[in-house]
Amino acid sequence: MLEVNSLTRQYGSKRAVDRATFTVAQPTMIGVIGRSGAGKSTLLRMLNRLTDATDGSVTVNGRNVTRLTGAARREWQSRCAMIFQQFNLVPRLDVVSNVLHGTLNRRSTLATMFNLYPQSDIHRAIEILDRLGIAEQAPKRTEALSGGQQQRVAIARALMQDPEIILADEPIASLDPMNAQVVMQALRRIHEEDGRMVIANLHTLDTARRYCDRVIGMRDGRIVFDGTPAQLTTGIAREIYGAGADFSEAATSTEIETLDREMEAVRVSDALV
Amino acid sequence: MADASHPGTQGVDRIQHAYLAQVARRRLYGGLTLLVFALLMISGFVVADDRNAGGFWDGLSHVGDYPAVVLSEAWEKRADLPALIAKFFPALVETLNIAAVSTLLGAMTAIVLALLSTRGLARWPRMVPLFRRLMDLMRAVPEIVIALVLIFVLGGGPVPAMIAIAFHTTGALGKLFSEVAENADQKPVEGLASTGANWWQRMWLGVLPQVAPNFLSYGLLRFEINIRASAILGFVGAGGLGYELRNAMAWGPGRFDEAAAIFILLFGSIVFFDQLSSRLRNSLTEGQTH
Repeated sequence: MLEVNSLTRQYGSKRAVDRATFTVAQPTMIGVIGRSGAGKSTLLRMLNRLTDATDGSVTVNGRNVTRLTGAARREWQSRCAMIFQQFNLVPRLDVVSNVLHGTLNRRSTLATMFNLYPQSDIHRAIEILDRLGIAEQAPKRTEALSGGQQQRVAIARALMQDPEIILADEPIASLDPMNAQVVMQALRRIHEEDGRMVIANLHTLDTARRYCDRVIGMRDGRIVFDGTPAQLTTGIAREIYGAGADFSEAATSTEIETLDREMEAVRVSDALV
Repeated sequence: MADASHPGTQGVDRIQHAYLAQVARRRLYGGLTLLVFALLMISGFVVADDRNAGGFWDGLSHVGDYPAVVLSEAWEKRADLPALIAKFFPALVETLNIAAVSTLLGAMTAIVLALLSTRGLARWPRMVPLFRRLMDLMRAVPEIVIALVLIFVLGGGPVPAMIAIAFHTTGALGKLFSEVAENADQKPVEGLASTGANWWQRMWLGVLPQVAPNFLSYGLLRFEINIRASAILGFVGAGGLGYELRNAMAWGPGRFDEAAAIFILLFGSIVFFDQLSSRLRNSLTEGQTH
């Protein structure tokens, strides 16, 4: 379904992504982990064609999308939705308009400029919002929503595109633990119920472990691990993050339960002393 | 979902209806605005056409006559053009000088006035309306009026022109600068305030680095406008290229080659400074990102 072959992005003398190669045979939920600057974002942006690849190819259902231009490129982008860390919505427009932006590639420029969307699209947009639990927010300005709600609006926009692949670039990095959980569960649900491929950059290991079927580890632009969460041992995690022996997975956690476990551990060790 | 507010199908229906009603209302308002806009355009044109001495449609065919005469005469005497351009070059330098000094003076005053009249940054928030009206006033009075008054008081020459243009520039740039400053990120300013910085330090170190590229690009645009303004002020006796242009044009046929030479100089210098300013702006914004 998706074949990434020697995908490379060069910035000056530095390779942000260095010959990344992996294949996805069926819709999977994939987590990409690594330090900041490891090339995770660049990898996702090249899949969506927001960033051009210097070398290599991305083949989707037998078609190379790295060399598409103009309308063909935009058509590919509409089938490969992207969710951003900072939501990247239009703050002054209402929630439904933002969701309807998911149809921009299918509608005429003039109609969209005057905000003339078909009624069926508006109905669908609100249904998607309802599915994500934020239908009540539909007429509000997007900037009036909380971070977690805004990220769900972004997911709704992505779903409105009816994409084959959903890319999520650090979707929970600017959210609190509760909202992070809601957003990750929404992505997981979309994967399970719609059977869409989801590729998410995650900066915490336990999120990747908890929600993903497959984990890709990147370091300095290269893919250094590709396997199931179970195969991801602490040793490999240390290597991905370039961390020393004091690295503990809980230290990067955003899960409330993990925090409890940590506190428990501290309490136990305190009691022992 | 974790949200408690999970409406059932009934709820979704209600939300869909409410939103569609809102959309219908918005489309109605949009349509009305468009209609008003179209009516204003048409009526404005009709009024202007009525009040025009010659009538728009009759005059339309003669629009090209004057430039045609100037161009044909200039073409006949094209051999003289290089010599004429050289002859008028000192006048161009004078015009550019007036424009440069007045842009600099005006921009410096404009920065201070703009910061004083920007909500959230102002030194004295209650005085914001005062400084705004002051800038309105400076923008409202045309350069040529100030220049005429000053020429009457101070006598002809470049100084009245310079003061007149600087005055107008302050008002015009102040408004633009203030809008740029309004969009500046407040976080660095707050950060500096937390260290105990005073107003000047907060503005100089917190705001100006953010807005400098925009200020510069507006300043350079204003410089181009001021070149033209200072040339026009020459018509009323402020010296420079405009004075020569008035002489060449007022004396009618016979000296249109001089007029053409002056236009070429003016056009050339505006193109030159436009290129220069876009280079400068690019290097400044690029220097910021890397």
